[in-house]
Amino acid sequence: MSEQTQFTIEQFYKYINQGKLMGGKCKKCGKIHLPPRPLCDKCFSKEFEWTEIPRKGKLLTYTIIHVAPTQFQQMAPYAVGIVQLENDLKIPGMIREVAPEKIKIGMPLTIAFETSTATSQWPQWPRYYFKPA
Amino acid sequence: MKGKPLVSIVSAGLSKFGKLEGLYAREIFAEAAKEAFDRCPNLDPKKDIKTLFVGHMGESYEHQGHTGATVADWAGLLHIPATRTETACASSGAALRAGIFAVLSGLCDTVMVGGVEKMTHRTTPEVTEYLAMASDFPFEQWHGITFPGLYALMATAHMHKYGTTEKQLAMVAVKNHYNGFLNPKAHMQKEITLEKALSSRVIAWPLKLYDCSLITDGASAIIITKPEIAKKYTDTPIHIIGSGQASDSIGIYERESFTSLIAAKIAAKQAYEMAGIKPEDVDVAEVHDCFTIAEIIAYEDLGLCKPGEGGQLIEKGETKLEGRLPANTSGGLKSKGHPVGATGTAQAYEIYLQLTEQAEKRQVKDAKIGLAHNVGGSGATATVHIFRRE
Repeated sequence: MSEQTQFTIEQFYKYINQGKLMGGKCKKCGKIHLPPRPLCDKCFSKEFEWTEIPRKGKLLTYTIIHVAPTQFQQMAPYAVGIVQLENDLKIPGMIREVAPEKIKIGMPLTIAFETSTATSQWPQWPRYYFKPA
Repeated sequence: MKGKPLVSIVSAGLSKFGKLEGLYAREIFAEAAKEAFDRCPNLDPKKDIKTLFVGHMGESYEHQGHTGATVADWAGLLHIPATRTETACASSGAALRAGIFAVLSGLCDTVMVGGVEKMTHRTTPEVTEYLAMASDFPFEQWHGITFPGLYALMATAHMHKYGTTEKQLAMVAVKNHYNGFLNPKAHMQKEITLEKALSSRVIAWPLKLYDCSLITDGASAIIITKPEIAKKYTDTPIHIIGSGQASDSIGIYERESFTSLIAAKIAAKQAYEMAGIKPEDVDVAEVHDCFTIAEIIAYEDLGLCKPGEGGQLIEKGETKLEGRLPANTSGGLKSKGHPVGATGTAQAYEIYLQLTEQAEKRQVKDAKIGLAHNVGGSGATATVHIFRRE
């Protein structure tokens, strides 16, 4: 990976587009940031390296969205949740490929990737989502 | 010194809350300011009020920013320094705190703080989008998580961890609608039944329509001054004896807990310590019930009950008007309504009425100490203020 790469949210989503879940590891204190940040909130270092985050996790909490924003209306009702990954990292996203009534707190989930985006909304990042492991 | 008045409230005003058709935010704010001026005939607004802080969340509603100067002018306060504060739904909690800073700095003796929002002329999808701006964009909004969705994530976690039920959530709505029914300025002055709340349509499971606060137009205004000169303006000043504010990560996913708002706990601790009181000393509280689960979490974060026991507190009726600790006597955001920028100082207005025994049908007997808990967005900001009568 290029040393020139910036540790930004935009770069995080560029990796998502390549099917990679990447975090920024602080070279000074070792804290892993997901999403990456340009300034370590623990030790204030600006030196990072990219680290690939294992995709498996477990569901911490969820909801079924019935009243959706305009751009998601055709998908409603849909499930979203927050998933616990390794290293105390957490990430929110949609839960797909499982019936809402089968979703349970604690269930194992894995991260999958959309490779293209059909939305017209700025800034047109590709999305990741969760599916049963 | 603990419990020493920081500032004193000498007057307060509130516009009618509801669907105020044909009015601009500045016109609604003028209504609240006028009530505050009328309640305090010894005060000369043009001479005495040295600055204004106004909470206002969204310029999208009216395509109008620069709210400080705009509402100051319409309230007859042209040329005083006028500044907008924005911390999402806690914008006027922050305005109140800014006003306290202004008085304590010694730069201003008397200050107006307030808030305003004009929302109902917009469509529900538009309002939903504007409110969502108070949450994280790249990880929450981008993945279809709505504002009710964020509180639903907290509700699911709370139900899983503590056994809180949908029925207990609905009881918050029933209680607050009853209180709002007694408040002539409330948006929805209508009692509801438990069955009606539980059978309302799902917005973001487990939250249903009656678990959500209202989209409302309204404004609030409070006049605060140095405690030493408060008696110049009124015989019954209400002292603010504690003030706390804290922030948290904008994305709820980064937090350690989804069953508590850490910012609210920190703000409460600061305010209690400053006031030199304990949670059990509070006689009446206005808490930020943007969703029913938020009121249950507020009880716990404020130490009014133990973590996980908020559901039982509502079920036992302890926070009803006639209970041990009446909460949201105004009807809360749920029934009085939630014009977001106006909410923090609207809570202070209700506490002012309660402590000066002007709350009429919803008056709490012998209320001496009041508390207001105002939350911004999904908890990235919280303010807590503690009030005491003389």
